[in-house]
Amino acid sequence: MAIILDHVSHIYEKDTEMAAFALKDICLRIPDGQFIGLIGHTGSGKSTLVQHLNGLLVPTGGTIYYNGEDIHGEGYDKKRLRSKVGLVFQYPEHQLFEMDVFSDVCFGPRNLGLSQKEVELRAFQALRQVGFPQEYFYQSPFDLSGGQKRRAAIAGVLAMQPEVLILDEPTAGLDPRGRDEILDQIAALQKETGITVVLVSHSMEDIARYVDRIIVMNKGSVLLDDVPKEVFRRYQDLEAVGLAAPQMRYIMQTLYERGMPVDTDVTTLEEAVQEILRALKKSNLLQQDDGTAGL
Amino acid sequence: MGIIEAGKLVFEYIRRDEEGNAEGITRAVDGVDLDIRQGEFVAILGHNGSGKSTLAKHINAILYPTEGAVLVDGKDTREEENIWEIRQKAGMVFQNPDNQIIGQVVEEDVGFGPENMGVPTKEIWERVEESLKAVGMYEYRKHSPNKLSGGQKQRVSIAGVIAMHPKCIILDEPTAMLDPSGRREVIRAVRALNQVEGVTILLITHYMEEVIHADRVIVMDQGKIVMQGTPRDVFSHVERLRSLRLDVPQVTLLAYALKKKGLPLPDGILSAEELAEALGYQKG
Amino acid sequence: MLRDITLGQYYQTESVIHRLDPRVKLVGTILYIISLFLSGGVCGYLAAALFLAVVIKLSRVPFRYMVKGMKAIAFILLLTVVFNLFLTPGEPLWQFWKLTITEEGLKISVLMAVRLTFLIIGSSLMTLTTTPNNLTDGMEKLMGPLKKIRVPVHEISMMMSIALRFIPILMEETDKIMKAQIARGADFESGNLVKKAKAMVPLLVPLFISAFRRANDLAMAMEARCYQGGGGRTKMKPLQYNKRDILAYGVLAIYIAALLFVRNIRILP
Repeated sequence: MAIILDHVSHIYEKDTEMAAFALKDICLRIPDGQFIGLIGHTGSGKSTLVQHLNGLLVPTGGTIYYNGEDIHGEGYDKKRLRSKVGLVFQYPEHQLFEMDVFSDVCFGPRNLGLSQKEVELRAFQALRQVGFPQEYFYQSPFDLSGGQKRRAAIAGVLAMQPEVLILDEPTAGLDPRGRDEILDQIAALQKETGITVVLVSHSMEDIARYVDRIIVMNKGSVLLDDVPKEVFRRYQDLEAVGLAAPQMRYIMQTLYERGMPVDTDVTTLEEAVQEILRALKKSNLLQQDDGTAGL
Repeated sequence: MGIIEAGKLVFEYIRRDEEGNAEGITRAVDGVDLDIRQGEFVAILGHNGSGKSTLAKHINAILYPTEGAVLVDGKDTREEENIWEIRQKAGMVFQNPDNQIIGQVVEEDVGFGPENMGVPTKEIWERVEESLKAVGMYEYRKHSPNKLSGGQKQRVSIAGVIAMHPKCIILDEPTAMLDPSGRREVIRAVRALNQVEGVTILLITHYMEEVIHADRVIVMDQGKIVMQGTPRDVFSHVERLRSLRLDVPQVTLLAYALKKKGLPLPDGILSAEELAEALGYQKG
Repeated sequence: MLRDITLGQYYQTESVIHRLDPRVKLVGTILYIISLFLSGGVCGYLAAALFLAVVIKLSRVPFRYMVKGMKAIAFILLLTVVFNLFLTPGEPLWQFWKLTITEEGLKISVLMAVRLTFLIIGSSLMTLTTTPNNLTDGMEKLMGPLKKIRVPVHEISMMMSIALRFIPILMEETDKIMKAQIARGADFESGNLVKKAKAMVPLLVPLFISAFRRANDLAMAMEARCYQGGGGRTKMKPLQYNKRDILAYGVLAIYIAALLFVRNIRILP
């Protein structure tokens, strides 16, 4: 079971002079349970791509399959698709509209035509999954802090119990702790439920820390699609399209250029620490053989 | 005497419930003392709701202190007749570029401030040109702001403030809604203003990397200044910053983690080069 | 989608018409519209068509672009024609069931269609060649005398120009909120009128909140940039009549005179 994009293209303003390729011949397979990072410069086509995954945009060429079925085929239930492929837009708190948080989260499941009991059960569960404090359930969503609003909005999509959760920059505008908390929560949720997560982000540090696979978009095409290590190994390609590797990598590069025998192929803090300690041990041994003092 | 001075500044507002009845009083700024010198680059850190934006709005006379006072270039913001002079001297750039650009053409937007100040037409054009050049947006002067990227829009906002010839610019999370390249553009422009033109900068941000080059970092929590010092001083306190819902630059974090593993490293390392030196790898 | 409405959106290019003083274009448009109702007979319409064609040519706005913008209001045009066609009493030309087309009806509906088309093209030509800011400046200046009777002329024109600036932003926002709610299973299309109206709540509430937030932010940003109303302001681009503007007024006068002349010829036996 998976989402499959088969030679998908999308042209904006087709048949006019302003026609522009937003997506160009995309072939992708998104299997169940993966944690995917989607990166790309602004305007690289990544938002267009995610809007294709739940059928909000119709490709001008190619086919998209969800669990083997063509999502734009005759009689395909789009509403069901949207409940299975949940899409959380950037600044989702701007879409809150109900008088209290709980009712707002109920909006999604209610649209699926479930019984009142089931709707409330799901809303309750979703709010718990995002770590939303119970004492605020019946508060107006407009009185919440930024981080809590964001949680409520994500719960609004989770309450439909999607199999795939797409998050467009879920941490934009939050303070550092707020960012970490939201991402940790999502990572925990992913582990717990095995849901597929597609994380659109500009932060290479976040991507490096959480995902199993990175898809790099550039000018409407897939530039790279691999495990984080491999993608970041090609940091020069990333820089050429206005992106970068995680900062740890550049720090290690500097250390290496200064003569420290470290492997620069490092993306996270933990790896960097291990690598530096290993290099120090190695060079300490060498230096002690020379009879000079190490650190 | 500093360009911006605040003494025992307090700002309170009344919280109201849905019917408009007073529920209680919130102290958004609580006894802040501030003294910022002409030409200084000061960064203010603090989590959402720590009072840093409220503080910033006092300097531009958008909000007035409940207690204490704010002086901008020696003028008290509470005096009605000082307001326009203060707003001209202390320009302000906000978070969302879309909500602060008034003009439909870049150059017209930059001219908005000088127009309001009653600057003669010829001089407005000179100011617009020099301001757009200062932020590297001169070639876009005829464009519609709607067609620009976030970083470009924000640079136009900055130009709009520079055109008023302020002595100091307060930037309230100018990069929060931008992508990394937009963030770099804006920070580069801000630093150039500070270094080349000598404009005093007050930068409010959530991004620790943007703070490294500041002369001074102020950390706020619950309306109070809780830490203050050079970036090195402030970033030496990794645990403290974390407890304030903040972060430190990646390299500082790495050095801190290595130190915890027993390496004899100094606190507050701010660049990869410093780390290399501290690890015994000198330049060359 | 909403984005397709191009009617009257400024078209960036260099032309004589673009460079004209907005006041000339405003006065010209008003006079042109009046002239459409003054002129009768084929000659008058030919003159109006010729005038319009020349201005379109001079404006360098592709005719195709204008027609594309007109699609949005084609329905209104059609409605007027149909109403006039069937509801004008007179000599019956053609009858079917309860529908009657009269000679007068046919005449009037053709006239109406031509008039409306010219009117729409004529006025969209003004907005196509004038930046909204320029337009509001022109209005402010033209309405200047009204200040004496306490009409807040500056405020009105400032409001208009801000509204124009925010239309594209709010349209984009509407699109985004709509998509976000569709992603949560909202249905804006099916159901009867009541159901549809109800379905708009999840769209309108966030949109209004956002609009108010923007308004609030913008007001603050304007104040921070020393905005204090119209008094004491200078202009970056003050309006000044050039030779070409005087010339344009001359051309307008000739056109009106010619039209009146043509009209009189027809009336005289």
